[in-house]
Amino acid sequence: MSDKQKKASAYWRENVRYLFILLSIWFVVSYGAGILFKDALNTIKIGGFELGFWFAQQGSIYVFVILIFVYVRLMNKLDKKYGFDE
Amino acid sequence: MTVQTWTYILVGITFALYIGIAIWSRAGSTKEFYVAGGGVSPLANGMATAADWMSAASFISMAGIIAFAGYDGSVYLMGWTGGYVLLALLLAPYLRKFGKFTVPDFIGDRYYSKTARIVAVICALIVSFTYVAGQMRGVGVVFSRFLEVDINTGVVIGMVIVLFYAVLGGMKGITYTQVAQYCVLIFAFMVPAIFISIQMTGNPVPQLGMGSTMNDGSGVYLLDKLNGLSTQLGFAEYTSGSKSTMDVFAITLALMVGTAGLPHVIVRFFTVKRVRDARKSAGLALLLIAILYTTAPAVAVFARTNMINTVSDQEYAEMPEWFKNWEETGLLKFNDKNGDGKIQYVADGKRNELVVDRDIMVLANPEIANLPAWVIALVAAGGLAAALSTAAGLLLVISSSVSHDLIKKVFVPNITEKGELWAARAAATVAVVIAGYFGINPPGFVAAVVALAFGLAAASFFPAIVLGIFYKKMNKEGAIAGMIVGISLMLFYMLKFKFGIFDGGKEAVAGLSQDWWFGISPEGFGTIAMLVNFAVSIIVMQFTEAPPKAVQEIVEDIRIPSGAGEASEH
Repeated sequence: MSDKQKKASAYWRENVRYLFILLSIWFVVSYGAGILFKDALNTIKIGGFELGFWFAQQGSIYVFVILIFVYVRLMNKLDKKYGFDE
Repeated sequence: MTVQTWTYILVGITFALYIGIAIWSRAGSTKEFYVAGGGVSPLANGMATAADWMSAASFISMAGIIAFAGYDGSVYLMGWTGGYVLLALLLAPYLRKFGKFTVPDFIGDRYYSKTARIVAVICALIVSFTYVAGQMRGVGVVFSRFLEVDINTGVVIGMVIVLFYAVLGGMKGITYTQVAQYCVLIFAFMVPAIFISIQMTGNPVPQLGMGSTMNDGSGVYLLDKLNGLSTQLGFAEYTSGSKSTMDVFAITLALMVGTAGLPHVIVRFFTVKRVRDARKSAGLALLLIAILYTTAPAVAVFARTNMINTVSDQEYAEMPEWFKNWEETGLLKFNDKNGDGKIQYVADGKRNELVVDRDIMVLANPEIANLPAWVIALVAAGGLAAALSTAAGLLLVISSSVSHDLIKKVFVPNITEKGELWAARAAATVAVVIAGYFGINPPGFVAAVVALAFGLAAASFFPAIVLGIFYKKMNKEGAIAGMIVGISLMLFYMLKFKFGIFDGGKEAVAGLSQDWWFGISPEGFGTIAMLVNFAVSIIVMQFTEAPPKAVQEIVEDIRIPSGAGEASEH
């Protein structure tokens, strides 16, 4: 394997690791907090919101936005680290 | 000034703006027509994507559906936003690096096969036509209520406008009109929401107002009040809902994956300069979308509470003017079954006297809350912006699928650039006429029909694209088999359980719900069809030849962000 290919596959491995972590959070806030564990979370109340309901209709969306911007930052750094930035 | 005068003024100004932009940014080359020349800034692309994405379904129907479904409506909120995480992380950067014009372009090249390309074109056409039908219906509803023209005339006016800027401007014209349309629609959605939030809870931020106490001095939380009202009238508790957890899970996943697989959204990421711009503009698009999507559930709570308070057990003769106006459109129906002159609005179908079309909630909301005439007119202009921007994006996918993927890449490879541009314009024209037909003969609820388009996209494109990027060994046989089986299964399920065509038509549909596979509704079945697509692709791949070396090199290349260049033919 050439140097370039080694660099490319190391870059790809780190990228996939980020994806795995970020998508786990994506899954937990929406399918976890908003759907599967909603009833348990609904026993907790913050202001007028039952927590499970809040995650399903508000919280998960805020987390989604944050996730993408975290990904943008991580990847820009990763591009720089491997010299793939332009 | 009356609502109608205001509506004519605001709709007139916005339409003039869209046409002006279309003339200023008309496309001169196929590259400008397909991908706006490839030099759109991340912010402009984010705004255009948001407008492209937020359709009549998001603007007009969604809050109304949530108002009636309560917690169950969350599937749309999470489903239509969570898909952007998938899009940003799994698809957009790689497809931008690949740098072609259309989604079938990627499928055709990555799977080195004309058959794969044609299958992808057919999937793109099925998905886009299903989706565009819903938009035209939305245009018709707005026109018939606010400009008091016939629904058919309304659809024709909408067709002419879209035709004008989509055909003339192509992607370039669409992009910059969508930027304007985003501003119009978000302003139109937020203004009444803020007004009503202050009115009902004293909190100017609707997202917080929804969880605050009522403004009437009772100190009761708004959501508790609504839960109380709902159970009193026999409906499910607002914050609990009535769908099974399994179905909620499946619908949410189908909508998310469908979002990521919609060709008119994906193609927007071909228009930016670099891979990092594609990532960033996906984030900006979701941020801009989230403004509306976190406000919509608040609007739903306000509208539902207001509506129950206004109509429940009140004298029919004393109903405000908006009630009579909506009755005239046939979208609100009152039938005094027990003859007491009062409106009984309850869950029990036998005693219920009021039928409310869910599509009218957002449009009627400012009137129910007694807001000034210009706010009501603004909502009408916003609804039109939402419907037209999405329709234009879809028409572009349809026309480029035909002119670029079929005519140029399959049938007439030596067509001139000018000829291809004319073919694209002709295809867009035909598509507008077909879409208009659907608008005049609407296939049902806007959001219900649109929801099925997501199932179709989830069942066809998403697996083929993800495997194409993340699984180097995936070959053409696997991908083609997966797409065909996936979309056929989804179509079958939709025709059987949504339209009842195998069991005696629409009337039979309600009775079929016990037969749903795994208890999953047609809206959620895209999840199953997608899993089947993945499984079929991987199994077929095991028994067929590995993709050629050159293709595996393409896959390695798209994983690296540098050297994206501009979107091009080669």
